[in-house]
Amino acid sequence: MTAPKSGSGPVLEVRGLTIALPTHSDRAEAVSEVSFSVERGEIVCLVGESGSGKSVIAQAVMGLLPNTLPLTAGQVLLEGEDIARAPRDRLRQLRATRMSMIFQEPMTALNPVMRCGDQIDEVLREHTQLAPEARRSKILDIVREVALPDPERLIMAYPHQLSGGQRQRIMIAMALVLEPALLIADEPTTALDVTTQAQILELIRTLQARHGMGVLFITHDFGVVADIAHRVAVLRLGRLVETGEKNAVLKRPRHDYTIMLMASVPTLKPHGRKVPADAPIVLQTKKLDKTYADRGWFSARRVVHAASDVSLEVRRGQTLGIVGESGSGKSTVARCIVRLIDPSGGEVYIHGEEIARRSSRALRPLRRRVQIVFQDPYRSLNPRRTVGEAIIEGPVNYGLSRAEAFERARRLMDLVRMDAAALERYPHQFSGGQRQRICIARALAMEPELLIADEAVSALDVSVQAQVLELLEEIRERLNLAMLFITHDLRVAAQVCDHVAVMSQGRVVEYGPANEVFVSPRHEYTRALFAAAPGRDFAFGQA
Amino acid sequence: MEATRVKRYEELSVEAADIRPHESTWQRVRRSGSVRLGGAALAVLLLIAIAAPWLGTVDPTMFDAGSRDLMPGKQGEMMTLDGDTVEHTFWFGSDSLGRDIYSRVIYGTRVSLFVGVVVALLALAFGIVIGLVAGYIRWLDGVLMRIMDGIMAIPAILIAIALVAMWRPSLMTVIIAIAIPDIPRVTRLVRSLVLTIREEPYVEAAISLGTPTWKIMFGHILPNTIAPLVVQGTFTCAAAILIESILSFLGVGLPPEIPTWGNIMAEGRIQFVEYPHNVFIPGIFLTITVLAVNILGDGLRDTLDPKMAKRI
Repeated sequence: MTAPKSGSGPVLEVRGLTIALPTHSDRAEAVSEVSFSVERGEIVCLVGESGSGKSVIAQAVMGLLPNTLPLTAGQVLLEGEDIARAPRDRLRQLRATRMSMIFQEPMTALNPVMRCGDQIDEVLREHTQLAPEARRSKILDIVREVALPDPERLIMAYPHQLSGGQRQRIMIAMALVLEPALLIADEPTTALDVTTQAQILELIRTLQARHGMGVLFITHDFGVVADIAHRVAVLRLGRLVETGEKNAVLKRPRHDYTIMLMASVPTLKPHGRKVPADAPIVLQTKKLDKTYADRGWFSARRVVHAASDVSLEVRRGQTLGIVGESGSGKSTVARCIVRLIDPSGGEVYIHGEEIARRSSRALRPLRRRVQIVFQDPYRSLNPRRTVGEAIIEGPVNYGLSRAEAFERARRLMDLVRMDAAALERYPHQFSGGQRQRICIARALAMEPELLIADEAVSALDVSVQAQVLELLEEIRERLNLAMLFITHDLRVAAQVCDHVAVMSQGRVVEYGPANEVFVSPRHEYTRALFAAAPGRDFAFGQA
Repeated sequence: MEATRVKRYEELSVEAADIRPHESTWQRVRRSGSVRLGGAALAVLLLIAIAAPWLGTVDPTMFDAGSRDLMPGKQGEMMTLDGDTVEHTFWFGSDSLGRDIYSRVIYGTRVSLFVGVVVALLALAFGIVIGLVAGYIRWLDGVLMRIMDGIMAIPAILIAIALVAMWRPSLMTVIIAIAIPDIPRVTRLVRSLVLTIREEPYVEAAISLGTPTWKIMFGHILPNTIAPLVVQGTFTCAAAILIESILSFLGVGLPPEIPTWGNIMAEGRIQFVEYPHNVFIPGIFLTITVLAVNILGDGLRDTLDPKMAKRI
């Protein structure tokens, strides 16, 4: 079934692609007159912020557009054949054989009730006439090729028995088993931890080089782009604004939008701000511990140490960053400090007052001193309350009159650079970045001494992220706040933190001034983490 | 210089263009065909119920031995309580006691709609409170939900029959008897919603803002359960109308002097072969009513519940 790899011309050529949006949308077209091509043996990165139409283009190429998004103009040429209006049957023949796609979330892209081997086998049964033994050996070969250990056992496993990285490898095996000419990867590493991400990127690069595939790689992460791309196409609101060689676009961008994006990508160099060592300590944790125990009636007790022996301190006017991969316990620590969950052991002091073991009644007067901003701006505001109601809720709880609280809310809106008219409106009328500003205003309305940002900029696009980071920095300085900044993103951490604590498996493995930790990490996990950071040595926007 | 750079960047950022024109929930609800159809049918039924005395009806309990077993559309006479004899057209015929089926069916609309709405409101009110408490106050969850499981283990109609049999039959007893088996269903729904919503960051934010528990329950969680509850309410209402008819049909519902579709059908059952309209006409009214409520509920579910919304 292997088609000739020779042939001239690009693997994929998109010409003047235009895809309409349903009426009542914020713009008329999801994608407008987009043209680009992917040559053989080339990785083209399609980058853009959310809503830029990059995934819609992928769907259009695969022939997976929903009926509500009709392709209104343009051509999609796969090895010279126009498939933009190809009949379903033809598309079915082409998928997996000439073009394949891998998705962001391998857990949902794999069928949970089918063994991994059977899922790869399904592709072979659909598209080839191979005998069962031939299929089996082909499956084992491809599983070996995506560098999975113990292929014999792995093909018998169900998706839930594998880790996220392993699942993504299975997806890749499935996509590549018939050696397609084109691989479309739609944010394939976004759901993965940074160390796993590095491995998957390496795998895609190796396989691409070995098979000479064309790869259309969709991502919003410029670090990943710097690592993997040969050429880059930048999308903004459905239009292609700039395209070219990786170094040309990332280092010498020409279009204003690209220039702005490149300036927004945080560097991995710590900011090196001088911090006074004698500022008063606002937060101190001593041997903080959180264990979860399963109380099964029939099974043995299972104990999970979400956080153990965490001792940290944050001084006034300074930012402590907690960095780590998912499951490292960084959010658990934050939630213990806010007392959204009760710590199992250890102490938490806010300005010298112990709060870890206070009853909720005794805790109440102290709650206002610690405020938190969450990751997901779409879920951190009650959809049924106006922005104004959200911001005054806290102050009113502590006895401020509504009129006074509204006055404070108006001042805060100014501080977070939003219009006071926003107070009358509902959260759904705002974008992610604006909502995050509102959440910051809500936290500040309590006049806290410690502000915790729990992945507060992780869900935001890079340009918006830069704005919110700038805002947080400004606020910390103006109000002389202590800040605890939790993130998985080393770039963000480097930009805002004075001190850094690196967490892994519930423990702090390295803790010190940002300059030291970033420049000369001592612990081997920290080093591995930094080594895995995509595009770590790449200088964005600097020729 | 720096300020203009920042401003320029904020303009370029996609965020600025990200404010979408928004269609309010109410506009979506009003555009839904199902909501319009179901709502219109229910509005007509409601008007019929309210205007029953002026729709050419006579006292539905009045009978005249001379006008027994008339076919639909026949003229006949009725003697009023004052002893006067009046001419009357029996549009839907008359039953074996000489009562006007048209008047009985029209007055029956009142009972059905009233029972349906009041049962739905009662079940929702109790279900919401129990569900909120069970979902938010974890140590009460086990106890409350086992009681609810117990009620759910017995078929609804059996509980209703047993309860009505225990008390004197009246409109109130029937309503309570139908509402009780519906409470666990609402409770379960509310509890499951609360279990999801209580984990939402905005609830955690409220906790860290020092908002008291009761305010979180009623101010943050409850308003976000309303949409699915409205939908559940319509289905409870439809089921209640049916169960009331079943109870009346079985003779364990409302006392016979109150005309309901169920007891009109029960009385017509004996003569079904000769006079099928005695059963069919109230049956058609019952079908239309339940269908209208269900269509309305379907429409509301499609428009209110984002999970059910058709994907773009």
